Amino acid sequence: MRVAIAQIRPRLGRVDLNLELHQEWIRRAQEEQVDLLVFPELSLTGYNLLDLTYEVAKNTFCPEIQTLISMADGLDLVFGFVEDSPEHILYNSAAYVSSQNLHYLHRKVYLPTYGMFDEARYFGAGKTIRSFPTRFGQVGILICEDIWHSSTAYLLAQDGAQVMIVLSNSPGRGVSSKGLGTQETWYSILKNQALIHGSYILFANRVGTEDGVTFFGGSAVVDPFGETEKQASLFEEELLIVDIDLEKVKKARFQMPMLRDENLDLTIRELERIQRKRHGEGNWL
Amino acid sequence: MKMVEELLEKAPFLRLDEELTTKLLTTALSEEVEKAGFKRVILGLSGGIDSALSLYLCVKAFGKENVIAVRMPYKTSSRSSLEDAQAAIDDTGVKSLTIDITPQIDAYFERMPEATPLRRGNKMARERMTILYDLSAHFDALVIGTSNRTEILLGYGTQYGDTASAINPLGDLYKTQVRQLAAYLGVPEQIITKPPSADLWEDQTDEGELGFSYLDVDRLLYYMIDQRLPIEQLRELNFSDAFIEKVSTRIIRNQYKRTMPVILKVSNRTVGVDFRYLRDWGL
Repeated sequence: MRVAIAQIRPRLGRVDLNLELHQEWIRRAQEEQVDLLVFPELSLTGYNLLDLTYEVAKNTFCPEIQTLISMADGLDLVFGFVEDSPEHILYNSAAYVSSQNLHYLHRKVYLPTYGMFDEARYFGAGKTIRSFPTRFGQVGILICEDIWHSSTAYLLAQDGAQVMIVLSNSPGRGVSSKGLGTQETWYSILKNQALIHGSYILFANRVGTEDGVTFFGGSAVVDPFGETEKQASLFEEELLIVDIDLEKVKKARFQMPMLRDENLDLTIRELERIQRKRHGEGNWL
Repeated sequence: MKMVEELLEKAPFLRLDEELTTKLLTTALSEEVEKAGFKRVILGLSGGIDSALSLYLCVKAFGKENVIAVRMPYKTSSRSSLEDAQAAIDDTGVKSLTIDITPQIDAYFERMPEATPLRRGNKMARERMTILYDLSAHFDALVIGTSNRTEILLGYGTQYGDTASAINPLGDLYKTQVRQLAAYLGVPEQIITKPPSADLWEDQTDEGELGFSYLDVDRLLYYMIDQRLPIEQLRELNFSDAFIEKVSTRIIRNQYKRTMPVILKVSNRTVGVDFRYLRDWGL
């Protein structure tokens, strides 16, 4: 299975130009016989939209999204956009498109609203974390901050995901003598989650600068043993192509059967107890 | 460089990965300039380390043929400043011009001979700004800033003067980090080792005027701003109450220099309050 990550530089608020950018990179991926092409978070719009969030929001029936859906022929496609839901709640969403159909939609659950981030001011929070079947196997999607919550990858793994796709817009920051702080942290999370769950992780991070904030790129494919198979350059646009072997998921899980041994009942029971405790109910020793 | 190494040994937490920082700054600089529709940049070159580092970063980002350095001495500016600026121009091979600001400054203060050195210094800084913005239009070149993070936090600069620019590559680097990066990028040694000075009057030095060294204040700022340590912990690190007080007062008092003018709210969508867009809107 050949996957590719489009480490692109979207333009802020220009859905028209970003659509062209997507079309161009899809054609490039098609020339390389790519099976699955992943774009970063909010790839159709750019990241720090502020009041532009309302202006660039699209429902899934709009011509731009339909154009991308129609291009997913022979290659599956994942991209990010601002979704205007039927209830007119705006979501930071990612679409999985296959055989010219909108196959799955993930709405970002955990919206960072601290430090330099202000997402919950504009976006509603998604309410589901689910894996879904694809022609390659079971897949799950997370968006950026989602994977910083260990419950999300845990849920996807329990729900059968063999491949986790993480769309991201991570700004490079925390430069020290040891390098780029954010990059180090991201890679340690990705490697750890891939290893613990015996899943592939495809990390698609954008590049480019918005008002001095530079997204670091460094998109990567981490195998189910927690080894980075390939990583893209920092700060530069790149089509990162990797042939992944889903047999590795089987090998990893045979070798380290944490998923088999996971006690879901215990987890649920304890979580329910914790939930009652937080609500101030019952006896919770 | 020995001096820079000695400083960083005393504050290793300020040390940057030089190659990575240079790559980050030059990549972001060229993207921000180019998407704003410019190919060239222009900056004032004082002979000091900050503007020299900005110059070297610009040359790396745009190539020497797209960088214009402007020297703007006043009659009391030190000879060595002008020569140091020339050394950086010669070393990088950028296009340069020199505009003596003495006539316009003297013409203005002729009517106000009692003006303090502070007023004169501010006037010169703003004069230089208007020249850079005029030449920006003339050369179709964006104005690049030269203020470092230490002086931005301390408010040690002239509002709408040397603090004005379109893009500032140094604004998130403490002075000590400016020194490290300047040494890495090959800024002439005499520019790095001489005492920093606004050169607004004779024998002025930053550290003399501020009353503390850049290394000490960078260390304090690191613990105050980056590590958010409460005052008790700053005391445990042997920072004196007087020093902490002096620096925190400066930071708070000079917040006005770090913001756009306050707009009095009347409508439901006030610029900067609830009309919120990045400058890179559509770029």
